[in-house]
Amino acid sequence: MIDLKIGQLNFSYFDGLVLDDINLSVEPGEMVGLLGPNGSGKTTLIKLISGILKPGHGDIMLGGSNLSRLNRRNIASRVAVVPQQFHIPFAFTASEVVMLGRTPFIKAFSGETGADRQAATTAIELAGISDIAGRRFDELSGGERQKVILAMALAQQPKLLLLDEPIVHLDISHQIETLELVRSLNTERGLTIIAAMHDLNLASLYFDRLVLLEKGKIHADGTPEEVLTEDRISRVFSTAVKVNPHPITGAPHIIIIPGEHKDNHVPS
Amino acid sequence: MKIKFGNRRVWIWLLLGTVLIAALFLASTFGAVNISLPDIFKMVLNKVAFFDFSAGWAAMDETIIFQIRLPRVIGAALVGATLATAGVLFQGILRNPLADPYIIGTSAGAGLGATIAMTLPINLTFLGFGLVPVAAFIGALASVTLVYNLARVGGKTPIISMLLAGFVVSALLAAFITFMMAISDRLNLDLHAVYSFLMGHISVTGWGQIAAITPLVIGGIIVARFFAFRLNAFSLGEEGAAYLGIEVERDKMLILALGSLLTAAAVSISGLIGFVGLVTPHSMRLILGPDHRMLLPASALAGAAFVVIADLLARTILAPVEIPVGVITALIGAPFFLYLLRHSRREYAF
Repeated sequence: MIDLKIGQLNFSYFDGLVLDDINLSVEPGEMVGLLGPNGSGKTTLIKLISGILKPGHGDIMLGGSNLSRLNRRNIASRVAVVPQQFHIPFAFTASEVVMLGRTPFIKAFSGETGADRQAATTAIELAGISDIAGRRFDELSGGERQKVILAMALAQQPKLLLLDEPIVHLDISHQIETLELVRSLNTERGLTIIAAMHDLNLASLYFDRLVLLEKGKIHADGTPEEVLTEDRISRVFSTAVKVNPHPITGAPHIIIIPGEHKDNHVPS
Repeated sequence: MKIKFGNRRVWIWLLLGTVLIAALFLASTFGAVNISLPDIFKMVLNKVAFFDFSAGWAAMDETIIFQIRLPRVIGAALVGATLATAGVLFQGILRNPLADPYIIGTSAGAGLGATIAMTLPINLTFLGFGLVPVAAFIGALASVTLVYNLARVGGKTPIISMLLAGFVVSALLAAFITFMMAISDRLNLDLHAVYSFLMGHISVTGWGQIAAITPLVIGGIIVARFFAFRLNAFSLGEEGAAYLGIEVERDKMLILALGSLLTAAAVSISGLIGFVGLVTPHSMRLILGPDHRMLLPASALAGAAFVVIADLLARTILAPVEIPVGVITALIGAPFFLYLLRHSRREYAF
């Protein structure tokens, strides 16, 4: 269990501010969905929380320690990241890829220990990939690869799991399977989770708390009911929508109204 | 269900070790004077252990074995192990299947250094090395340093920039070599010596050179093994490696520096032997899979055996004429690699 506190965070690449005055506090065991249009700063925020980008201004406190004072190995033994896609050029098997998650713990010469194999085995079982563990990673389907990468992240035994659009390349069956798995890691194992999401309806169904980014600022932060309103979505995504309660769960369900995009006009 | 993590195949060490030892003895028997294998065994045992075989051989043979042939054969083994190890390091860190020890400028730098040294009317000897190997060593490291710094932008050294800078700097330095060769008359440059360097030639003439490079080479190969698991993590790309706790820029610099140092050491006693550092790692990856903890030591053993055999053929096929060993490594290496590539059951992933 670990908490995260981000205070007055600014970040810019070479050309212009990408994140502007972000204040965000995530309690241990929370599951937070990051929403926002392309370019709103979701991926950048995830990279900052994982420590591979350094903030221009402001602090990121992870479990009481300032991220900028931790070295990479220290961060990686607490925070794991599942990026959108991985290309692995060599013919590693799925189980070998999962074992890579033990990198922060493996000593240079002694190699993996029984504890490392145990952690990797547990991760493989949690992710439900025991049946494909011996197969070559490059010969797996997109959905299977995503689960292997998730298992690799779990082998890190992180306190905080960051996911960058984890379901964007998957069919709906794999999308639901992945989100169910992520939610059970949260509820059953107490893992703190922050995931960038594109699909507003799935975010509404699976997350208790949503943070909506707009042009590098936090536009809204709260429950799905508070964040996913017709006004906010129309404004932030420049798209006319109708929001109804989900017929079974009651969560906000977004219905797109075609032909009503704000930028959709023929130049004269 | 018991899950397997990788494959430890004991037989591969036995096989590679046997092949290397066989190659070393085979290469020791043949040469300008052929000395029988049993005699070599006896001579070596007399030297190293408590044996006292009566000498049924000419005293001259013993001098040839210990003063000429063994240093050369061991030099060839060291060069092969070094180039293959450097090849694994460069392919792993650059994630590029065409990477070899020469890809970021070592070869052209060494070639130019050696060529310049050949024009200088100076006769220096340093640890048993003449001016040419020393200049080749310095040239290799200087050109990699130049490439690394040219590719460096804002605290990072992107791989694409490094490959491009390496290619361009190599082309530029190669042009200088060609220019010097074109005006060789005025420079008093021995063209045959330049070709011999550029095509590879094990120029070990005594134990001094072996003694000088062994600590560097063996030490470097052992240090490389320390980076093996981190090289596996680099397979995920630099961002993925960073997520796994790797200090990417630091480790990249260390691995490139180590690979370059190994290459420079090899080049200083052998000139530019091609193919070993490219094909040995690929062959071992086809046979053993991509885990660098296996790949590094296996490639070192295989590379050593490969160059020992290639050098044996280079100096015996057309004796007393010596064929450049780089010609032999290409002639054996290319068909062998193509055979492996065609006969592996599955697509080769890089």
